[in-house]
Amino acid sequence: MRITVDFDLCQSHGLCTEAAPELFEIRDDGFLYVLNETPGNELAGKAEKAAIECPTGAITLSDD
Amino acid sequence: MTDARAPERVLIVGASLAGLRAAEALRKRGYAGTITLVGDEPHKPYDRPPLSKQVLSREWDAEKVFFRRQEGYESLGLTLMLGQRARSLDVGARTVTLEDPQAPVLEYDALLIATGARPRKLRGTAGLSGVFTLRTLDDALAIGAALAQHPRVAVIGAGFIGLEVAASCRKLGLQVTVVEALPAPLVAILGDAVGAAIARMHLDHGVTLRTGVTVSRIEGQGRVERVVLSDGSSFEADLAVVGIGVTPATAWLESSGVALADGVVCDHTCATNVPGVYALGDVARFHNTLFDEPMRVEHWSNAVEHAQLVAATLVGAPAPAAQPPYFWSDQHDVKLQFVGRVAAGDHAEVAQGTLEQRSYVVAYGRQGRLRGVLASNAPKQLIRGRKLLAERASFDAALSALREAQAVGPVVAPL
Ligand SMILES: Cc1cc2nc3c(=O)[nH]c(=O)nc-3n(C[C@H](O)[C@H](O)[C@H](O)COP(=O)(O)OP(=O)(O)OC[C@H]3O[C@@H](n4cnc5c(N)ncnc54)[C@H](O)[C@@H]3O)c2cc1C
Ligand code: SF4
Repeated sequence: MRITVDFDLCQSHGLCTEAAPELFEIRDDGFLYVLNETPGNELAGKAEKAAIECPTGAITLSDD
Repeated sequence: MTDARAPERVLIVGASLAGLRAAEALRKRGYAGTITLVGDEPHKPYDRPPLSKQVLSREWDAEKVFFRRQEGYESLGLTLMLGQRARSLDVGARTVTLEDPQAPVLEYDALLIATGARPRKLRGTAGLSGVFTLRTLDDALAIGAALAQHPRVAVIGAGFIGLEVAASCRKLGLQVTVVEALPAPLVAILGDAVGAAIARMHLDHGVTLRTGVTVSRIEGQGRVERVVLSDGSSFEADLAVVGIGVTPATAWLESSGVALADGVVCDHTCATNVPGVYALGDVARFHNTLFDEPMRVEHWSNAVEHAQLVAATLVGAPAPAAQPPYFWSDQHDVKLQFVGRVAAGDHAEVAQGTLEQRSYVVAYGRQGRLRGVLASNAPKQLIRGRKLLAERASFDAALSALREAQAVGPVVAPL
């Protein structure tokens, strides 16, 4: 799957980093970084949880 | 996937964040029965937090608040009944009756109560135009249209919504006066010292604050002209936005037998005292196992978590772990984030930064245990705080963990 974050929407709530620490990280600059944009299936559940919990709807998941 | 116990007909009353997310979560879990989503607003489900922020300050076109703008509703396979208000519930017959006498009586195997909350009104303002509350998209559009006339704005109540309205009005260059009964904004939630810091931040942005006084009345010939305060003083205003809290929307459940106590009482799985009836989101008085206490939480993430929980319960899957309550608020150049639950008398200590700056972290505790963490323009520390709360950290351990962490990063500009 492919993870896309709309950085115009992202407000660094950090809920995604808790749902999927393997995929998302907020660094000391206060901004969100996507650690792996094309994770394998084993992380699909966590990526979905991150997308659901993101308060700004900034995370989109797509197949490819 | 769908369990043998899963109900065949799910009826969700309240077509907003909690209700829609529950429907989505049920489908995601493979639930194949029918879902009916009933809401009294004329609009498809939309997101409320931007209403007081990006919508009022005109940074966003109002269209942007709607959920599922791309996906639409077809793929969810549900019956969406908009503009329909539930009038009563019969738990024996398992039916919900709508206000509209033409509408069918709705039968269910599982009922999800997601009717949220409604704003309190200021008494004695019924006949006066220019007095608003802000809960719905229509409210936001009406206030937005009024703001375009360059009014002098009175905000009654310095809660989150009132403060966000004040900040949005300042962004538009309008004159704003905020009236708050307590000595500073948000003191009941965040304590005296933080309340004073938030007051300074608003003063710096040109908001006029009148604290420690209440509104005696709003005067005017048919429309708002003047706000009269309890100390006898008054100020002129053309528009008033009242933000004095909300009450759970439970009137339709009054004689149903579902237990009510400032919200619909439910356990840690969102189940009420009536079999097959669940409550979620702002309307639910939910038993949070992490804090081991019943709480009604009026914040976004709570509604999303309840929706996930109810869906898991209905299909017989294990419930996700309880989370500490979380909320955020954007005011001027500050993003406030708070995780946990504090009460009057909790101990508060600054863990990073100082309250004189815009970036700081405050830890709250009671009886040696960490109860909450506030991060002002410090999103990374908030995440740390959430982990500490989930681990049930002691106050001292949490304070030193938060102090050891990197100094607060540069300000993240809120939208
Ligand atoms: C202006 C504003 C700004 C906010 N900002 C933030 C923020 O920054 N951070 C944060 O964490 N939270 C914020 N919130 C809170 C957040 O939006 C709510 O917690 C969330 O909307 C709760 O969702 P809900 O579905 O439980 O209830 P609601 O969104 O209140 O939805 C309930 C729905 O049910 C409908 N309804 C009620 N009674 C009936 C009936 N009898 N029959 C049919 N339908 C009925 C209502 O009209 C409504 O559409 C904000 C709220 C507002 C209003
Ligand atoms: S949860 Fe959403 S808003 Fe928050 S950091 Fe992640 S992507 Fe950004």
